[in-house]
Amino acid sequence: MAYLFQQALNALQLGSIYALIALGYTMVYGILTMINFAHGDLFMVGAFFCFLLAVYLKLSFVPTLLFTILGVAMLGVVIERLAYKPLRNAPRVSAIITALGVGLFLENFTLALSPYPKHIPALIEHTTWTIGTVSISSLQILIIVLSLVLMLILDFIVQRTKAGMAMRAISWDKTIVPLMGVPVNKIISLTFAIGTGLGGAAGMMYGLAYPVIDPYMGIMVGWKAFISAVVGGIGNIRGAMIGGFILGAVEIMVAAFFPSTYRDFVAFTMLFILLIVRPYGILGKPHPQKV
Amino acid sequence: MTNPDLLLTVTNLSVSYDSIRAVNDISFDVARGEIVTLIGANGAGKSSILRAISGLIPYQGGIAYAGKDLKNIAADGIVAAGIAHVPEGRGIFGNLTVLENLKIATWQRKDKAKIAADLEHVFELFPRLFERGKQLGGMLSGGEQQMLAVGRALMSDSQMLLLDEPSMGLSPVLVREIFKIIQDINHTGKTILLVEQNANMSLHIASRGYVLETGRIVLSGTGKDLTGNPRVKEAYLGG
Repeated sequence: MAYLFQQALNALQLGSIYALIALGYTMVYGILTMINFAHGDLFMVGAFFCFLLAVYLKLSFVPTLLFTILGVAMLGVVIERLAYKPLRNAPRVSAIITALGVGLFLENFTLALSPYPKHIPALIEHTTWTIGTVSISSLQILIIVLSLVLMLILDFIVQRTKAGMAMRAISWDKTIVPLMGVPVNKIISLTFAIGTGLGGAAGMMYGLAYPVIDPYMGIMVGWKAFISAVVGGIGNIRGAMIGGFILGAVEIMVAAFFPSTYRDFVAFTMLFILLIVRPYGILGKPHPQKV
Repeated sequence: MTNPDLLLTVTNLSVSYDSIRAVNDISFDVARGEIVTLIGANGAGKSSILRAISGLIPYQGGIAYAGKDLKNIAADGIVAAGIAHVPEGRGIFGNLTVLENLKIATWQRKDKAKIAADLEHVFELFPRLFERGKQLGGMLSGGEQQMLAVGRALMSDSQMLLLDEPSMGLSPVLVREIFKIIQDINHTGKTILLVEQNANMSLHIASRGYVLETGRIVLSGTGKDLTGNPRVKEAYLGG
């Protein structure tokens, strides 16, 4: 029982990181019906920003987090403007290939600057509490709580603010929104900023939890977060959160009770089965037919 | 030469999609306070004209509103200039509540008190929208959606309304109701450019009309003159 509780805690930690990254995929898809395949690499850039800020500027936890989010968000906006916007009316496959290219660029640019894996310093004091056989670390709690707070903020922005209303409207029908006087390009930039900023925050938290970072760390994590977004229903924000936590739980539980090498195999199998049963994901709906 | 009463002036307007010319060298104008209707069969280019005015598609020729050239103004700027466009098919955001659908049209406005007053006015005009304020736009019936689309255009506080086939898909009773509402709105001082396939109804309420056929204006005159003109029927049958 205690073992199960321990694993559930680990699942929450991993799941909240997947959920944060999955939000970036789903927000961009919701607004542009495009998968930003560079998103996993932006997550990696987040980890490296965190490394630079913490090691070279010796910043403490809070400023490191803020500047990491800000830096990755700005990078996301620049990528959208330079690489994706010119292709907005091009065939969908062009945008996907471009996104893959941007991802490769980010990986190799980082590799050129930092050929060796880096070690992120512990930015907060590590305390571990032991209750019976269950141990909880301060880092674990921080990651889970911070992720939940960021998700609540996002939910508030999307559901309750004017900009969030415009994002939802764009996801319904982008062609009508300009007629409301809404500057669509600005809202798209804002969406990219928020989505990639959350990915950057996830990169930092991942780097704190698993402190050795390298330019390829975003590939597998990115794919899994993408799976989370699809499982939850791509384009659906609450779905991405649920999908992230489900995938985190599946992975941790598989590793807890089976050889850990089964982990990714099971995760990807889950995607296949779910997509057969529910092609639109858990909370996803078939897109309304536009006349 | 320039008439100060002219609100909208369209000069030698042409719109092309790839190699197809949808609108061909069209000129017309709308004076302040008028209802002007563009009528014609499907594919005559009516919607393209509205889309050009709203800055949604590129065009050749000139479009001026209140003496201001609209050529290089993006769609969101056209709304700010004072033109609201109720698009074909109504364009309701089905995932937004009725209230949000109305509020999103106030994006460019800062006058909070006037916005609240305008919302009151829209609810007076369409009590159903008030009852359904918290429901999603997608849950409304066709008639209610059309009312929401018109109400939303009013929320932008524009002087001019472009209406693209407001009667489309509505029952005859609702069509009469919506045309009555268009007249009421016109009486409050709004200028209206109405695109319709329903020639009889729109010519009945319009002060002037233009008949389009495959991208050209083939006939124009007062609403009264055009009503019953056999050439109007021909335009519809592609005669």
